[in-house]
Amino acid sequence: MKIAIPADEKTLDSTVCQSFGRTPYFLIYDIEAESADFIDNSAASSQGGAGIKAAQSIVDSKVSAILTPRCGQNAAEVLTAAGILIYKTESSSIKESIAAFKEKRLDQLQEIHAGFHGHGG
Amino acid sequence: MPDFTDMAAKNLKIAILSGKGGTGKTLLSVNLASAAADSVYVDCDVEEPNGHLFFKPQWNIEKEISVKIPQVDPNKCDGCKKCVEFCKFNALAYINKNLKIFDDVCHSCGGCSLVCPQGALTERDKAVGTLSVGDSEGVRVLSGMMKTGIASGIPIIKELLTQCGSLEDDRPIFIDCPPGSACIVMESIKDADYCLLAAEPTIFGRHNLEMVWSLVRLFEKPHSVVINKCVDQSDPTDEFCKENRIKILEKIPFDVELGTLNSNGKIAARENTKYRDLFSSLLEKIYREVPHEATVNSER
Repeated sequence: MKIAIPADEKTLDSTVCQSFGRTPYFLIYDIEAESADFIDNSAASSQGGAGIKAAQSIVDSKVSAILTPRCGQNAAEVLTAAGILIYKTESSSIKESIAAFKEKRLDQLQEIHAGFHGHGG
Repeated sequence: MPDFTDMAAKNLKIAILSGKGGTGKTLLSVNLASAAADSVYVDCDVEEPNGHLFFKPQWNIEKEISVKIPQVDPNKCDGCKKCVEFCKFNALAYINKNLKIFDDVCHSCGGCSLVCPQGALTERDKAVGTLSVGDSEGVRVLSGMMKTGIASGIPIIKELLTQCGSLEDDRPIFIDCPPGSACIVMESIKDADYCLLAAEPTIFGRHNLEMVWSLVRLFEKPHSVVINKCVDQSDPTDEFCKENRIKILEKIPFDVELGTLNSNGKIAARENTKYRDLFSSLLEKIYREVPHEATVNSER
């Protein structure tokens, strides 16, 4: 099974990015093969709708779950429609987050925020 | 009351704006429009329009304003995702052989329907608000009201100003803008001939003035400042204007009587000669300030 994590850098030693829609990279991690692949998040510089675009690329990566500290409403709608489960990360470390997921220690993300769209108008 | 008829005020559009709420945009707009007697007042603060509370007009026209939103025919859509890739605002997503459309993110550009090779996308109307037109003692009042839950007031402001442009008279137009310096304010001042910046004599007021001042300079609009609620102590806003050579057209003192009239929904210029004189004199100053060129152009 493949999972995705927003990552600040293109390495497994990276920290988990605090933003889903505007993360610079996503780690696509294959649990069984223990293989890591980093993709650029083309939505990071979007004028608007970054969450939707980022979620679309996650859907296209055919992952089963996403591990993220936060997720906005529009992104969650896309992910949920695709049947992707959203788990809340507890640690800022990518490695620890993967380990926690494998040991089934992560809960599904309950608080879906309304998004930060159009702040300031 | 001074006679403005010989002054070149035909169709003049004066926008009243400020960096924050509560500085006196509506106070100025409503009272200036009333001082001008024959005028048009437009409430572009469509998220919370309040000018009508002062004018209390009988609405003659009320119409719904809508925007175009795409809708998909799932039988025609073959999942090519050209629309998803095209949309600059990322209002579309294609998941599990379904096209998902985010109405609130859509900017109604119509591009997705154009690029769809299958002709699967058409447009439907989505109501975003209402426009009301009424009269109050010679003042034509136009007011826009956004529907709850709608993301942007821009389509309503566009319609308000289009309606203004189509009025077949020469009355000066007073545009009561939304607070701040974001897109909705830009839309409101875009076609204005003159911008009047309402400010407060505080550090916060100075900061907010700086925001709208930057905006009107960006738009190259002739402008000046009215400092409202002035008290007899040091005034950071006054200092800011002096440092940057911004003309202060009027300083309105902190005045309990004016504040009381206003908070009771009364138009001070209609209630009391003292205030009628204050706003008439301010209006006269504005007319003198408006560059000659702008008035010549509007007469063509």
